[in-house]
Amino acid sequence: MRAIISVVGKDTVGILAKVSSLCAASQVNVVDVTQTILQDMFVMVMMVDISKMTVTFSDFSDEVTGYGKDAGLVIHVMHEDIFNSMHKI
Amino acid sequence: MLNVNDIMETIQMIQEENLDIRTITMGISLLDCCDTDIDRSCEKIYEKVCRKAEHLVATGEEIEKKYGIPIVNKRISVTPVSIPLAVSGGNPVKYALALEKCAAACGVNFIGGYSALVQKGFAAGDKALIDSIPEALTVTDHLCSSVNVGSTKAGINMDAVKRMGEIVVRTAQLTADRNCIGAAKLVVFCNAVEDNPFMAGAFHGVGEPDCEINVGVSGPGVVRAALAKLPKDADLTEVADLVKRTAFKITRMGQLVGKEASQKLGVPFGIVDLSLAPTPAVGDSVAHILEEMGLEMCGCHGTTAALALLNDAVKKGGVMASSHVGGLSGAFIPVSEDAGMIDAARCGNLLLEKLEAMTAVCSVGLDMIVLPGDTTPEIVSAIIADEAAIGMVNSKTTAVRVIPAIGKKIGDELSFGGLLGAGPVMKVNYTSPDVFIHRGGRIPAPLQSLKN
Repeated sequence: MRAIISVVGKDTVGILAKVSSLCAASQVNVVDVTQTILQDMFVMVMMVDISKMTVTFSDFSDEVTGYGKDAGLVIHVMHEDIFNSMHKI
Repeated sequence: MLNVNDIMETIQMIQEENLDIRTITMGISLLDCCDTDIDRSCEKIYEKVCRKAEHLVATGEEIEKKYGIPIVNKRISVTPVSIPLAVSGGNPVKYALALEKCAAACGVNFIGGYSALVQKGFAAGDKALIDSIPEALTVTDHLCSSVNVGSTKAGINMDAVKRMGEIVVRTAQLTADRNCIGAAKLVVFCNAVEDNPFMAGAFHGVGEPDCEINVGVSGPGVVRAALAKLPKDADLTEVADLVKRTAFKITRMGQLVGKEASQKLGVPFGIVDLSLAPTPAVGDSVAHILEEMGLEMCGCHGTTAALALLNDAVKKGGVMASSHVGGLSGAFIPVSEDAGMIDAARCGNLLLEKLEAMTAVCSVGLDMIVLPGDTTPEIVSAIIADEAAIGMVNSKTTAVRVIPAIGKKIGDELSFGGLLGAGPVMKVNYTSPDVFIHRGGRIPAPLQSLKN
Protein backbone atom coordinates (compact mmCIF):
# COMPACT_ATOMS: atom_id res chain seq x y z
CA MET A 1 0.00 0.00 0.00
CA ARG A 2 1.36 3.35 -0.98
CA ALA A 3 0.37 6.94 -0.43
CA ILE A 4 1.29 10.25 -2.00
CA ILE A 5 2.41 13.18 0.12
CA SER A 6 2.26 16.46 -1.77
CA VAL A 7 3.77 19.65 -0.43
CA VAL A 8 3.16 23.07 -1.95
CA GLY A 9 4.43 26.33 -0.54
CA LYS A 10 7.33 28.73 -0.18
CA ASP A 11 10.69 27.01 -0.34
CA THR A 12 12.50 26.96 3.00
CA VAL A 13 15.34 24.96 4.52
CA GLY A 14 14.50 21.51 5.81
CA ILE A 15 11.08 20.71 4.32
CA LEU A 16 12.22 17.40 2.87
CA ALA A 17 14.12 16.53 6.06
CA LYS A 18 11.16 17.30 8.28
CA VAL A 19 8.60 15.37 6.22
CA SER A 20 10.99 12.42 5.89
CA SER A 21 11.60 12.31 9.61
CA LEU A 22 7.84 12.32 10.28
CA CYS A 23 7.59 9.37 7.89
CA ALA A 24 10.44 7.53 9.58
CA ALA A 25 8.90 8.00 13.01
CA SER A 26 5.80 6.08 11.87
CA GLN A 27 7.70 3.42 9.91
CA VAL A 28 6.59 4.95 6.62
CA ASN A 29 9.18 4.26 3.93
CA VAL A 30 9.94 6.91 1.29
CA VAL A 31 9.93 5.22 -2.12
CA ASP A 32 10.38 8.16 -4.46
CA VAL A 33 10.62 11.95 -4.32
CA THR A 34 10.17 14.54 -7.04
CA GLN A 35 10.53 18.22 -6.42
CA THR A 36 10.28 21.20 -8.64
CA ILE A 37 9.58 24.92 -8.67
CA LEU A 38 6.30 25.83 -10.36
CA GLN A 39 5.55 29.55 -10.67
CA ASP A 40 7.78 30.44 -7.69
CA MET A 41 6.16 27.77 -5.56
CA PHE A 42 8.02 24.82 -4.16
CA VAL A 43 6.24 21.61 -5.14
CA MET A 44 7.32 18.27 -3.73
CA VAL A 45 5.63 14.98 -4.42
CA MET A 46 6.69 12.04 -2.31
CA MET A 47 5.59 8.46 -2.79
CA VAL A 48 5.67 6.47 0.43
CA ASP A 49 5.06 2.86 1.40
CA ILE A 50 2.55 2.68 4.24
CA SER A 51 2.22 -1.08 4.55
CA LYS A 52 4.31 -1.20 7.76
CA MET A 53 2.95 2.04 9.17
CA THR A 54 2.67 1.91 12.98
CA VAL A 55 -0.14 4.48 13.30
CA THR A 56 -3.51 4.78 11.55
CA PHE A 57 -3.66 6.52 8.18
CA SER A 58 -5.78 9.23 9.73
CA ASP A 59 -3.27 9.96 12.54
CA PHE A 60 -0.35 9.98 10.14
CA SER A 61 -2.19 12.33 7.82
CA ASP A 62 -3.08 14.67 10.71
CA GLU A 63 0.51 14.77 11.88
CA VAL A 64 1.99 15.62 8.48
CA THR A 65 -0.67 18.13 7.51
CA GLY A 66 -0.37 19.63 11.00
CA TYR A 67 3.32 20.29 10.38
CA GLY A 68 2.34 21.86 7.05
CA LYS A 69 -0.04 24.27 8.73
CA ASP A 70 2.60 25.37 11.24
CA ALA A 71 5.18 25.86 8.48
CA GLY A 72 2.84 27.68 6.09
CA LEU A 73 2.81 24.82 3.59
CA VAL A 74 -0.13 23.06 2.02
CA ILE A 75 0.40 19.35 2.54
CA HIS A 76 -1.92 16.56 1.47
CA VAL A 77 -1.58 12.90 2.28
CA MET A 78 -3.70 10.80 -0.06
CA HIS A 79 -3.85 7.12 -0.81
CA GLU A 80 -2.26 6.23 -4.14
CA ASP A 81 -5.47 4.64 -5.46
CA ILE A 82 -7.22 7.97 -5.98
CA PHE A 83 -4.59 8.99 -8.56
CA ASN A 84 -4.45 5.58 -10.17
CA SER A 85 -8.18 5.39 -10.60
CA MET A 86 -8.42 8.90 -12.01
CA HIS A 87 -5.50 8.78 -14.43
CA LYS A 88 -5.10 5.14 -15.43
CA ILE A 89 -7.65 3.00 -17.23
CA MET B 1 5.91 6.60 -10.33
CA LEU B 2 2.81 8.56 -11.09
CA ASN B 3 3.14 11.63 -13.23
CA VAL B 4 3.54 14.74 -11.03
CA ASN B 5 1.23 16.74 -13.29
CA ASP B 6 -1.50 14.13 -12.86
CA ILE B 7 -1.09 14.27 -9.10
CA MET B 8 -1.25 18.06 -9.05
CA GLU B 9 -4.28 18.01 -11.36
CA THR B 10 -6.21 15.80 -8.96
CA ILE B 11 -5.24 17.94 -5.99
CA GLN B 12 -6.21 21.12 -7.82
CA MET B 13 -9.59 19.64 -8.76
CA ILE B 14 -10.32 18.91 -5.11
CA GLN B 15 -8.83 22.03 -3.55
CA GLU B 16 -9.73 24.74 -6.02
CA GLU B 17 -12.46 23.43 -8.28
CA ASN B 18 -14.73 21.93 -5.62
CA LEU B 19 -14.51 18.33 -6.76
CA ASP B 20 -16.27 16.23 -4.19
CA ILE B 21 -18.32 13.15 -3.70
CA ARG B 22 -21.73 14.68 -3.17
CA THR B 23 -23.25 11.77 -1.33
CA ILE B 24 -22.93 8.21 -0.19
CA THR B 25 -26.47 6.97 0.17
CA MET B 26 -27.31 3.69 1.82
CA GLY B 27 -30.52 2.18 0.50
CA ILE B 28 -32.32 0.03 3.06
CA SER B 29 -35.35 -2.13 2.37
CA LEU B 30 -38.20 -1.94 4.88
CA LEU B 31 -40.12 -4.87 3.41
CA ASP B 32 -39.23 -7.14 6.34
CA CYS B 33 -40.22 -4.46 8.87
CA CYS B 34 -43.90 -4.36 7.95
CA ASP B 35 -46.21 -5.24 10.82
CA THR B 36 -49.96 -4.94 11.31
CA ASP B 37 -49.25 -2.99 14.50
CA ILE B 38 -47.92 0.46 13.51
CA ASP B 39 -45.87 0.94 16.69
CA ARG B 40 -44.25 -2.44 16.25
CA SER B 41 -43.59 -1.58 12.59
CA CYS B 42 -41.87 1.68 13.61
CA GLU B 43 -39.75 -0.17 16.18
CA LYS B 44 -38.63 -2.70 13.57
CA ILE B 45 -37.74 0.10 11.13
CA TYR B 46 -35.73 1.94 13.76
CA GLU B 47 -33.89 -1.21 14.72
CA LYS B 48 -33.08 -2.23 11.13
CA VAL B 49 -32.05 1.19 9.83
CA CYS B 50 -29.81 1.84 12.84
CA ARG B 51 -28.23 -1.61 12.56
CA LYS B 52 -27.49 -1.27 8.85
CA ALA B 53 -26.38 2.37 8.87
CA GLU B 54 -24.60 2.38 12.24
CA HIS B 55 -21.14 2.79 10.68
CA LEU B 56 -22.16 4.72 7.54
CA VAL B 57 -21.04 8.16 8.69
CA ALA B 58 -17.81 6.94 10.33
CA THR B 59 -16.92 4.92 7.23
CA GLY B 60 -17.57 7.92 5.01
CA GLU B 61 -15.29 10.06 7.15
CA GLU B 62 -12.58 7.41 7.09
CA ILE B 63 -12.66 7.28 3.27
CA GLU B 64 -12.56 11.09 3.09
CA LYS B 65 -9.38 11.03 5.10
CA LYS B 66 -7.77 8.19 3.18
CA TYR B 67 -8.23 9.71 -0.28
CA GLY B 68 -8.31 13.35 0.71
CA ILE B 69 -11.60 13.91 -1.11
CA PRO B 70 -14.59 15.45 0.68
CA ILE B 71 -17.75 13.35 0.93
CA VAL B 72 -20.29 16.08 1.53
CA ASN B 73 -23.32 14.04 2.54
CA LYS B 74 -24.03 10.68 4.08
CA ARG B 75 -27.65 9.73 3.59
CA ILE B 76 -30.15 6.93 3.90
CA SER B 77 -32.98 6.02 1.56
CA VAL B 78 -35.69 3.54 2.49
CA THR B 79 -38.53 1.65 0.81
CA PRO B 80 -41.48 3.95 0.11
CA VAL B 81 -43.23 4.31 3.46
CA SER B 82 -46.62 3.84 1.79
CA ILE B 83 -45.82 0.09 1.77
CA PRO B 84 -45.40 -0.50 5.52
CA LEU B 85 -48.28 1.93 5.97
CA ALA B 86 -50.49 -0.21 3.73
CA VAL B 87 -49.89 -3.14 6.09
CA SER B 88 -50.20 -1.32 9.39
CA GLY B 89 -52.68 1.47 8.75
CA GLY B 90 -52.72 4.16 11.46
CA ASN B 91 -51.22 7.64 11.53
CA PRO B 92 -48.41 7.87 8.92
CA VAL B 93 -46.66 10.65 10.85
CA LYS B 94 -45.50 7.96 13.31
CA TYR B 95 -43.31 6.62 10.49
CA ALA B 96 -41.99 10.12 9.81
CA LEU B 97 -40.97 10.50 13.44
CA ALA B 98 -39.41 7.02 13.52
CA LEU B 99 -37.31 7.85 10.43
CA GLU B 100 -36.30 11.20 11.91
CA LYS B 101 -35.12 9.32 15.01
CA CYS B 102 -33.09 6.99 12.74
CA ALA B 103 -31.45 9.98 11.04
CA ALA B 104 -30.48 11.47 14.39
CA ALA B 105 -29.15 8.15 15.70
CA CYS B 106 -27.03 7.49 12.59
CA GLY B 107 -25.91 11.11 12.18
CA VAL B 108 -26.89 11.31 8.51
CA ASN B 109 -27.77 14.54 6.70
CA PHE B 110 -31.04 13.34 5.20
CA ILE B 111 -33.26 10.30 5.14
CA GLY B 112 -35.48 9.82 2.10
CA GLY B 113 -38.37 7.53 1.35
CA TYR B 114 -41.47 9.15 2.81
CA SER B 115 -42.85 8.30 -0.57
CA ALA B 116 -45.69 6.83 -2.57
CA LEU B 117 -45.75 5.54 -6.15
CA VAL B 118 -49.14 6.37 -7.58
CA GLN B 119 -48.55 6.74 -11.32
CA LYS B 120 -51.56 4.60 -12.17
CA GLY B 121 -53.70 4.97 -9.07
CA PHE B 122 -53.83 4.89 -5.30
CA ALA B 123 -53.31 1.62 -3.42
CA ALA B 124 -53.83 1.08 0.32
CA GLY B 125 -51.74 3.56 2.29
CA ASP B 126 -50.98 5.88 -0.63
CA LYS B 127 -53.67 8.50 -0.03
CA ALA B 128 -53.10 8.58 3.73
CA LEU B 129 -49.37 8.99 3.20
CA ILE B 130 -49.79 11.82 0.68
CA ASP B 131 -52.26 13.62 2.93
CA SER B 132 -49.81 13.43 5.83
CA ILE B 133 -46.82 14.89 3.92
CA PRO B 134 -47.30 18.53 5.06
CA GLU B 135 -47.42 17.53 8.72
CA ALA B 136 -44.60 14.97 8.36
CA LEU B 137 -42.26 17.55 6.82
CA THR B 138 -43.19 20.09 9.47
CA VAL B 139 -42.43 17.91 12.49
CA THR B 140 -39.13 16.59 11.07
CA ASP B 141 -35.89 18.19 9.92
CA HIS B 142 -34.07 15.43 8.04
CA LEU B 143 -36.90 13.60 6.34
CA CYS B 144 -37.44 13.92 2.59
CA SER B 145 -40.56 13.01 0.69
CA SER B 146 -41.33 12.17 -2.91
CA VAL B 147 -44.37 11.08 -4.89
CA ASN B 148 -44.30 9.53 -8.35
CA VAL B 149 -47.36 10.69 -10.27
CA GLY B 150 -46.61 9.48 -13.77
CA SER B 151 -44.55 7.22 -15.98
CA THR B 152 -44.08 6.49 -19.66
CA LYS B 153 -45.64 3.07 -19.10
CA ALA B 154 -48.62 4.16 -17.00
CA GLY B 155 -49.39 7.70 -18.13
CA ILE B 156 -50.10 10.47 -15.64
CA ASN B 157 -52.39 10.13 -12.62
CA MET B 158 -54.04 13.55 -12.74
CA ASP B 159 -55.91 12.96 -9.46
CA ALA B 160 -52.52 12.67 -7.80
CA VAL B 161 -51.24 15.71 -9.72
CA LYS B 162 -54.19 17.75 -8.44
CA ARG B 163 -53.64 16.58 -4.88
CA MET B 164 -49.88 17.24 -5.01
CA GLY B 165 -50.46 20.89 -5.96
CA GLU B 166 -52.46 21.27 -2.76
CA ILE B 167 -49.88 19.33 -0.74
CA VAL B 168 -46.95 21.46 -1.97
CA VAL B 169 -48.75 24.69 -1.07
CA ARG B 170 -49.91 23.33 2.30
CA THR B 171 -46.38 22.16 3.15
CA ALA B 172 -45.01 25.60 2.37
CA GLN B 173 -47.74 27.22 4.50
CA LEU B 174 -47.05 25.00 7.51
CA THR B 175 -43.34 25.81 7.38
CA ALA B 176 -43.78 29.49 6.44
CA ASP B 177 -41.97 30.52 9.63
CA ARG B 178 -38.91 28.52 8.49
CA ASN B 179 -38.61 29.92 4.93
CA CYS B 180 -41.14 27.35 3.68
CA ILE B 181 -38.38 24.74 3.99
CA GLY B 182 -40.88 21.86 3.97
CA ALA B 183 -41.55 22.31 0.26
CA ALA B 184 -37.79 22.10 -0.44
CA LYS B 185 -37.84 18.54 0.93
CA LEU B 186 -40.69 17.39 -1.30
CA VAL B 187 -40.36 16.23 -4.92
CA VAL B 188 -43.05 15.19 -7.38
CA PHE B 189 -41.72 12.78 -10.00
CA CYS B 190 -42.57 11.29 -13.34
CA ASN B 191 -40.53 8.14 -14.13
CA ALA B 192 -38.89 8.15 -10.69
CA VAL B 193 -35.78 5.97 -10.44
CA GLU B 194 -35.41 3.41 -7.68
CA ASP B 195 -31.69 3.83 -6.96
CA ASN B 196 -31.35 7.61 -6.86
CA PRO B 197 -28.84 8.68 -4.19
CA PHE B 198 -29.75 12.38 -4.38
CA MET B 199 -32.23 14.13 -2.11
CA ALA B 200 -34.96 15.09 -1.82
CA GLY B 201 -36.08 12.39 -4.27
CA ALA B 202 -34.19 9.35 -2.99
CA PHE B 203 -36.11 6.22 -2.06
CA HIS B 204 -35.16 2.56 -2.11
CA GLY B 205 -37.20 0.77 -4.78
CA VAL B 206 -38.84 -2.58 -4.15
CA GLY B 207 -36.71 -4.17 -6.88
CA GLU B 208 -33.51 -3.26 -5.07
CA PRO B 209 -31.54 -5.58 -2.77
CA ASP B 210 -32.03 -5.59 1.00
CA CYS B 211 -29.30 -3.01 1.47
CA GLU B 212 -26.90 -1.29 -0.93
CA ILE B 213 -24.58 1.67 -1.36
CA ASN B 214 -25.21 4.23 -4.09
CA VAL B 215 -22.86 7.11 -4.75
CA GLY B 216 -23.53 10.51 -6.27
CA VAL B 217 -20.56 12.44 -7.62
CA SER B 218 -20.38 16.10 -8.40
CA GLY B 219 -17.99 18.51 -10.02
CA PRO B 220 -19.44 21.35 -12.11
CA GLY B 221 -16.42 23.43 -11.04
CA VAL B 222 -14.01 20.94 -12.55
CA VAL B 223 -15.84 20.88 -15.89
CA ARG B 224 -15.96 24.64 -15.99
CA ALA B 225 -12.26 25.00 -15.17
CA ALA B 226 -11.40 22.52 -17.93
CA LEU B 227 -13.54 24.42 -20.45
CA ALA B 228 -12.00 27.74 -19.39
CA LYS B 229 -8.64 26.49 -20.68
CA LEU B 230 -10.11 25.74 -24.12
CA PRO B 231 -9.69 28.51 -26.74
CA LYS B 232 -12.87 30.44 -27.49
CA ASP B 233 -12.82 29.33 -31.12
CA ALA B 234 -12.60 25.62 -30.33
CA ASP B 235 -15.56 23.92 -31.96
CA LEU B 236 -18.33 22.16 -30.05
CA THR B 237 -17.02 18.67 -30.83
CA GLU B 238 -13.90 19.63 -28.89
CA VAL B 239 -16.07 21.03 -26.10
CA ALA B 240 -18.02 17.77 -25.89
CA ASP B 241 -14.83 15.71 -25.90
CA LEU B 242 -13.33 17.75 -23.08
CA VAL B 243 -16.50 17.42 -20.99
CA LYS B 244 -16.40 13.66 -21.58
CA ARG B 245 -12.79 13.35 -20.48
CA THR B 246 -13.46 15.40 -17.37
CA ALA B 247 -16.63 13.48 -16.52
CA PHE B 248 -14.65 10.26 -16.81
CA LYS B 249 -12.17 11.43 -14.19
CA ILE B 250 -14.88 12.65 -11.85
CA THR B 251 -16.81 9.41 -12.13
CA ARG B 252 -13.75 7.32 -11.39
CA MET B 253 -13.68 9.00 -7.98
CA GLY B 254 -17.26 7.93 -7.39
CA GLN B 255 -16.51 4.37 -8.42
CA LEU B 256 -13.47 4.22 -6.12
CA VAL B 257 -15.33 5.64 -3.13
CA GLY B 258 -18.42 3.50 -3.72
CA LYS B 259 -16.41 0.29 -3.97
CA GLU B 260 -14.44 1.12 -0.85
CA ALA B 261 -17.56 2.04 1.14
CA SER B 262 -19.35 -1.10 0.06
CA GLN B 263 -16.37 -3.25 1.07
CA LYS B 264 -15.93 -1.59 4.44
CA LEU B 265 -19.63 -1.76 5.27
CA GLY B 266 -20.12 -5.26 3.89
CA VAL B 267 -23.00 -4.06 1.72
CA PRO B 268 -23.31 -4.54 -2.07
CA PHE B 269 -22.34 -1.62 -4.29
CA GLY B 270 -25.33 -0.42 -6.29
CA ILE B 271 -24.59 2.38 -8.73
CA VAL B 272 -22.70 5.59 -9.35
CA ASP B 273 -24.98 8.46 -10.26
CA LEU B 274 -23.00 10.57 -12.73
CA SER B 275 -24.51 13.88 -11.94
CA LEU B 276 -23.21 17.39 -12.13
CA ALA B 277 -24.80 18.68 -8.95
CA PRO B 278 -24.12 22.35 -8.28
CA THR B 279 -23.88 24.08 -4.92
CA PRO B 280 -24.35 27.78 -4.17
CA ALA B 281 -20.56 28.05 -3.64
CA VAL B 282 -18.71 30.20 -6.14
CA GLY B 283 -17.15 28.00 -8.82
CA ASP B 284 -19.57 25.11 -8.41
CA SER B 285 -22.27 26.11 -10.87
CA VAL B 286 -23.79 24.34 -13.87
CA ALA B 287 -24.96 27.70 -15.26
CA HIS B 288 -21.36 28.86 -15.34
CA ILE B 289 -20.40 25.84 -17.46
CA LEU B 290 -23.02 26.88 -20.02
CA GLU B 291 -21.68 30.43 -19.87
CA GLU B 292 -18.13 29.11 -20.31
CA MET B 293 -19.33 27.43 -23.51
CA GLY B 294 -20.10 30.88 -24.82
CA LEU B 295 -23.50 32.06 -23.59
CA GLU B 296 -23.49 35.58 -22.17
CA MET B 297 -25.81 34.47 -19.38
CA CYS B 298 -27.71 31.30 -18.59
CA GLY B 299 -31.30 31.58 -19.80
CA CYS B 300 -30.57 33.22 -23.15
CA HIS B 301 -31.42 31.48 -26.43
CA GLY B 302 -28.98 28.63 -26.91
CA THR B 303 -29.15 27.55 -23.26
CA THR B 304 -31.16 24.40 -24.03
CA ALA B 305 -28.74 23.33 -26.76
CA ALA B 306 -25.71 23.93 -24.55
CA LEU B 307 -27.33 21.97 -21.73
CA ALA B 308 -28.19 19.09 -24.07
CA LEU B 309 -24.55 18.88 -25.15
CA LEU B 310 -23.36 18.99 -21.54
CA ASN B 311 -25.85 16.41 -20.29
CA ASP B 312 -25.01 13.94 -23.03
CA ALA B 313 -21.24 14.37 -22.76
CA VAL B 314 -21.35 13.87 -18.97
CA LYS B 315 -23.11 10.53 -19.47
CA LYS B 316 -20.82 9.37 -22.27
CA GLY B 317 -17.71 10.21 -20.27
CA GLY B 318 -18.99 8.74 -17.05
CA VAL B 319 -20.43 5.52 -18.34
CA MET B 320 -17.08 3.91 -19.05
CA ALA B 321 -15.66 5.00 -15.70
CA SER B 322 -18.09 2.99 -13.62
CA SER B 323 -19.17 -0.63 -13.59
CA HIS B 324 -22.78 0.29 -12.83
CA VAL B 325 -24.29 3.61 -13.70
CA GLY B 326 -27.74 4.51 -12.50
CA GLY B 327 -29.77 7.03 -10.55
CA LEU B 328 -30.53 10.26 -12.35
CA SER B 329 -27.16 10.70 -14.10
CA GLY B 330 -26.89 14.01 -15.90
CA ALA B 331 -26.72 17.71 -15.17
CA PHE B 332 -28.95 19.13 -12.43
CA ILE B 333 -30.40 22.59 -12.74
CA PRO B 334 -31.64 23.52 -9.25
CA VAL B 335 -32.08 27.28 -9.34
CA SER B 336 -31.50 28.20 -5.68
CA GLU B 337 -28.52 25.83 -5.39
CA ASP B 338 -26.57 27.25 -8.32
CA ALA B 339 -24.82 30.64 -8.11
CA GLY B 340 -25.09 31.22 -11.87
CA MET B 341 -28.79 30.31 -12.01
CA ILE B 342 -29.53 32.55 -9.02
CA ASP B 343 -27.89 35.52 -10.76
CA ALA B 344 -29.68 34.80 -14.04
CA ALA B 345 -33.06 34.43 -12.31
CA ARG B 346 -32.51 37.56 -10.23
CA CYS B 347 -31.98 39.78 -13.25
CA GLY B 348 -34.91 38.23 -15.11
CA ASN B 349 -32.84 36.50 -17.77
CA LEU B 350 -33.83 33.01 -16.65
CA LEU B 351 -37.56 32.42 -16.71
CA LEU B 352 -39.72 29.52 -15.63
CA GLU B 353 -40.65 28.78 -19.25
CA LYS B 354 -36.99 28.51 -20.24
CA LEU B 355 -36.29 26.25 -17.29
CA GLU B 356 -39.14 24.02 -18.41
CA ALA B 357 -37.57 23.71 -21.85
CA MET B 358 -34.21 22.93 -20.25
CA THR B 359 -35.77 20.09 -18.26
CA ALA B 360 -36.50 18.28 -21.53
CA VAL B 361 -32.77 17.77 -21.99
CA CYS B 362 -31.31 17.77 -18.45
CA SER B 363 -31.30 14.94 -15.98
CA VAL B 364 -34.27 15.88 -13.83
CA GLY B 365 -36.69 18.77 -13.80
CA LEU B 366 -37.85 22.02 -12.30
CA ASP B 367 -35.80 22.06 -9.15
CA MET B 368 -35.61 24.46 -6.22
CA ILE B 369 -37.66 27.18 -7.84
CA VAL B 370 -39.23 29.79 -5.60
CA LEU B 371 -42.76 30.80 -6.62
CA PRO B 372 -44.83 33.76 -5.42
CA GLY B 373 -46.74 33.09 -2.18
CA ASP B 374 -50.11 33.60 -3.87
CA THR B 375 -49.55 30.83 -6.45
CA THR B 376 -52.69 28.69 -6.35
CA PRO B 377 -52.56 24.93 -5.80
CA GLU B 378 -54.05 24.54 -9.30
CA ILE B 379 -51.14 26.42 -10.87
CA VAL B 380 -48.65 24.25 -8.95
CA SER B 381 -50.57 21.18 -10.17
CA ALA B 382 -50.43 22.47 -13.73
CA ILE B 383 -46.65 23.00 -13.44
CA ILE B 384 -46.38 19.41 -12.20
CA ALA B 385 -48.56 18.17 -15.07
CA ASP B 386 -46.41 19.96 -17.66
CA GLU B 387 -43.23 18.45 -16.25
CA ALA B 388 -44.75 14.99 -15.96
CA ALA B 389 -45.84 15.23 -19.61
CA ILE B 390 -42.28 16.07 -20.70
CA GLY B 391 -40.99 13.08 -18.75
CA MET B 392 -43.70 10.73 -19.94
CA VAL B 393 -43.31 11.50 -23.63
CA ASN B 394 -39.50 11.59 -23.61
CA SER B 395 -39.10 8.46 -21.44
CA LYS B 396 -37.00 10.37 -18.93
CA THR B 397 -37.21 11.27 -15.28
CA THR B 398 -38.69 14.66 -14.60
CA ALA B 399 -39.47 16.20 -11.26
CA VAL B 400 -40.91 19.30 -9.68
CA ARG B 401 -39.56 20.78 -6.49
CA VAL B 402 -41.03 24.26 -6.22
CA ILE B 403 -41.35 26.36 -3.10
CA PRO B 404 -44.31 28.74 -2.85
CA ALA B 405 -42.83 31.55 -0.74
CA ILE B 406 -45.71 32.30 1.56
CA GLY B 407 -46.20 36.06 2.04
CA LYS B 408 -43.65 36.98 -0.62
CA LYS B 409 -44.03 38.35 -4.12
CA ILE B 410 -42.04 38.45 -7.35
CA GLY B 411 -38.61 40.00 -6.78
CA ASP B 412 -38.41 39.06 -3.07
CA GLU B 413 -35.84 36.49 -1.96
CA LEU B 414 -36.11 33.29 0.02
CA SER B 415 -33.00 31.93 1.72
CA PHE B 416 -32.71 28.36 2.99
CA GLY B 417 -29.01 28.38 3.85
CA GLY B 418 -26.54 25.55 3.36
CA LEU B 419 -26.62 23.46 0.21
CA LEU B 420 -30.23 24.46 -0.52
CA GLY B 421 -29.07 28.03 -1.10
CA ALA B 422 -31.26 31.05 -1.78
CA GLY B 423 -33.34 32.20 -4.68
CA PRO B 424 -35.46 35.05 -5.99
CA VAL B 425 -39.23 34.60 -6.24
CA MET B 426 -39.78 33.91 -9.94
CA LYS B 427 -42.52 35.16 -12.21
CA VAL B 428 -45.35 32.71 -12.76
CA ASN B 429 -48.13 32.74 -15.34
CA TYR B 430 -51.36 33.33 -13.39
CA THR B 431 -53.79 32.44 -16.20
CA SER B 432 -56.10 29.81 -14.77
CA PRO B 433 -55.66 26.10 -15.58
CA ASP B 434 -58.33 25.27 -12.94
CA VAL B 435 -60.90 23.46 -15.10
CA PHE B 436 -58.25 21.25 -16.68
CA ILE B 437 -56.77 20.33 -13.30
CA HIS B 438 -60.16 19.70 -11.65
CA ARG B 439 -61.12 17.19 -14.34
CA GLY B 440 -58.87 14.60 -12.69
CA GLY B 441 -58.60 11.12 -14.15
CA ARG B 442 -55.62 9.81 -16.06
CA ILE B 443 -53.66 10.99 -19.07
CA PRO B 444 -53.24 7.77 -21.05
CA ALA B 445 -49.76 6.38 -21.60
CA PRO B 446 -48.26 7.55 -24.91
CA LEU B 447 -47.51 5.32 -27.88
CA GLN B 448 -43.86 5.35 -26.79
CA SER B 449 -44.85 2.99 -23.96
CA LEU B 450 -45.77 0.20 -26.38
CA LYS B 451 -42.30 -1.14 -27.00
CA ASN B 452 -42.98 -4.86 -26.76
